[in-house]
Amino acid sequence: MQLSPWPWYVVGPLIALTMAALLLSGRRFGISSTLRTMCTVAGAGSLSEYFRLDWRAQRWNLVFVLGTVCGGAISRFVLLAPDPVELNPATVASLQAQGITDAGAAFAPAALFGPEAWSNPLAVLTLLLGGLLVGFGTRWANGCTSGHAISGLSSLQWPSLIAAIGFFIGGLTVTHFVLPHWLPIL
Amino acid sequence: MVRFFLLGILFGITLTMGEVISWFRIHEMFRFESFHMYGVIGSAVVLGAAFHLLAKRRKWLAQGGQPLDIHRYSANRWTSYLLGGTVFGMGWAVTGACPGPLFITLGAGYWPIVVAILGALLGTLLYGILRSKLPH
Repeated sequence: MQLSPWPWYVVGPLIALTMAALLLSGRRFGISSTLRTMCTVAGAGSLSEYFRLDWRAQRWNLVFVLGTVCGGAISRFVLLAPDPVELNPATVASLQAQGITDAGAAFAPAALFGPEAWSNPLAVLTLLLGGLLVGFGTRWANGCTSGHAISGLSSLQWPSLIAAIGFFIGGLTVTHFVLPHWLPIL
Repeated sequence: MVRFFLLGILFGITLTMGEVISWFRIHEMFRFESFHMYGVIGSAVVLGAAFHLLAKRRKWLAQGGQPLDIHRYSANRWTSYLLGGTVFGMGWAVTGACPGPLFITLGAGYWPIVVAILGALLGTLLYGILRSKLPH
């Protein structure tokens, strides 16, 4: 199949449906907690009591994450037409000026996600540091986009609004003040 | 277990077909140059709120007769929500991936994301170790 990308009004409702289905199944929607579970499975319990938990109770969430990996593969290799992401021309121009020359012509920037990233130590370091911030931050905030922005905001919880504001403080700072200096040297 | 696997597949397909896993889309979102991501998150939150409201009014129960397992975030940990959230947001802008898309991107075959996944596990480990020294 060669399907076009889905618009927001299809994607948002399906995310809400996923959350509702998990809640009605007696579980909850939260991906970043699986990072903790994975550390527990890998034996991190010897380093901190934070990882001493019964990971078997979280097995369903690991299975869910495994499903998302398969879903990504099915979409990329079977469903989705291999077209570039149609970006705002202003975004394309800004990225082109910062050396991301495939902006507007690819699904993901090759500098970070293409095979050439492996031979660029700075690209590998970028992904490692970025991932580190994601793991550290989501566990500190006790939730990520699924737990706070979707589940927490939709159940009208103040802590999740504070977390979501934090997401944007961090994201806007890096996008507007760090990446413009970082991307050109990638 | 099969149900969670299938729901995972649906979620993975949804975020890939919606280009939510594209680094470009997240960059565009933080530049306020597209409505797409705001539409995605906004409509999910509004419909999710409708679900929570209905579930409360009609006293919906989870399968097995238990109440819905809605996580209640403790109100007195706002420092961790704000600071942790900010740290995560920085990583989101760098990798273009929040935790769900980290794994979905792997499935989509963009192999260098493995490095970001390892980074996220390392960050989680670091948090677990430093936890008692951090403000919450």
